[in-house]
Amino acid sequence: MSRQVIWATNRRVLEQLRHDPRTIALVLAVPALLLMLLRYVFAGQPSVFQSVGVPLLGIFPLISMFLVTSIALLRERRSGTLERLMTMPLAKADLLFGYGIAFAAVATVQALVTALVGVGLLGLDVAGGLAIVIALAVLNAVLGSSLGLFASGFAATEFQVVQFMPAFVLPQLLLCGLIAPRNEMASLLQWLSGALPMTYAYDALVRAANSAVISRALFGDVAVIAGFVVVALVLSAATLRRRTP
Amino acid sequence: MASGVDENDEMTGPAIEVCDLRVERGARLVLSGVSVSVARGRVVGLLGPSGSGKTTLMRAIVGVQVIQSGEVTVLGLPAGTPSLRRRVAYVTQAPSVYSDLDVRQNLEYFARLLGVGGHRVADVIRTVGLVGYERQLVGRLSGGESARVSLGVALLGEPELLVLDEPTVGLDPVLRRELWQAFHSLSDAGATLLVSSHVMDEAERCDELLLMRKGAILAGGTPEALIARTGADSVEGAFLTLVDGEPER
Repeated sequence: MSRQVIWATNRRVLEQLRHDPRTIALVLAVPALLLMLLRYVFAGQPSVFQSVGVPLLGIFPLISMFLVTSIALLRERRSGTLERLMTMPLAKADLLFGYGIAFAAVATVQALVTALVGVGLLGLDVAGGLAIVIALAVLNAVLGSSLGLFASGFAATEFQVVQFMPAFVLPQLLLCGLIAPRNEMASLLQWLSGALPMTYAYDALVRAANSAVISRALFGDVAVIAGFVVVALVLSAATLRRRTP
Repeated sequence: MASGVDENDEMTGPAIEVCDLRVERGARLVLSGVSVSVARGRVVGLLGPSGSGKTTLMRAIVGVQVIQSGEVTVLGLPAGTPSLRRRVAYVTQAPSVYSDLDVRQNLEYFARLLGVGGHRVADVIRTVGLVGYERQLVGRLSGGESARVSLGVALLGEPELLVLDEPTVGLDPVLRRELWQAFHSLSDAGATLLVSSHVMDEAERCDELLLMRKGAILAGGTPEALIARTGADSVEGAFLTLVDGEPER
């Protein structure tokens, strides 16, 4: 692994994004707009908006970075640049970290915008403080990126990779506790929910919303999310092949 | 079948040594026991119709092709050895550069990967004739222009071996001549170039030729030797004579 190569890749990915201002605008604005929409959908039930809104501050980055990263790596594969990189002095981890850091940076800005709108404008109440929510949002974005890198290894076309969003992400959204409390689910679903990374992202955000102190349980959730990130990165390194048939 | 490449002018051994290489892609046998030797410091043309296995042979040489059997040795090391990634450069047939970056950003990224200085970027832009295009998005360039960006990336690290898959397709004849001149000045400086083409008229620009057909090497040698050996009046004629079953000696 080389720090120089990681930073070069990180910079290149951000330069590519800079040539695509519409994507930047969508990534930054859509979560905040969705949050506003949610606020008016639950206009008569502010407690529902509160209980759904804070977790979403952290879940939006996971979803959008999953999409952006999986498509970015698929493009790299389809354009032949991945094959070229594989003939050059670049470790697979350099490429993955280069992507991860670039999208984490984008996610930080996205989380700032979304959290400022959510807390400042829409009145979401975060007992643990804004900094924690933003830190969790960035961690979730890194999780989304690493899951996206992994999923991209199984997609041969743009159609397939877009379908991975509902296939990979929607079940997690349904099972993480946001739609229905986990302890009311059938035991099989509870077990399944415990095996999915978004569940821990949701739990961490709920804890941050409800408690001013950083609990041991919150640390536990963060550790589990970090573990999922490492596993997803190792698995995606395995899907990158120097030699292909 | 070994090619007739001269080896006595180099003490350091051949740049490429392929021994009985077999490659299957899907159910198809693409290379059926290919053996070739390429001397250092030469411009070697790999000529053959499309579908003859040129790209697969090149992919095996740069170490990105899964092979069934055989040995590929590049600059004295097994193909795909990590230390070769700085010494060998590969240009695929389709330009493999980032269409959403401009010319300079593309070259700067690959220069950083190779750890070469920024002055190489300017040098390469001159060599491939893209002065004035530095700030153009590659996605807005013509096919020939983006092919030159892709070629430029391979020149950045001043590699000892350049493997170029159809680098001059669709280029203006003047530029094509300039690129062939650039290839020869690289080989004069000691680099080896393996250049594929499906157009036989590029043959005369090469020091050595490898004629390929249906996954096998038909013949190898200098263009003059091939023509003399077959009694034909051009490399294309020599190719046809060889295909028609003319004995090789």
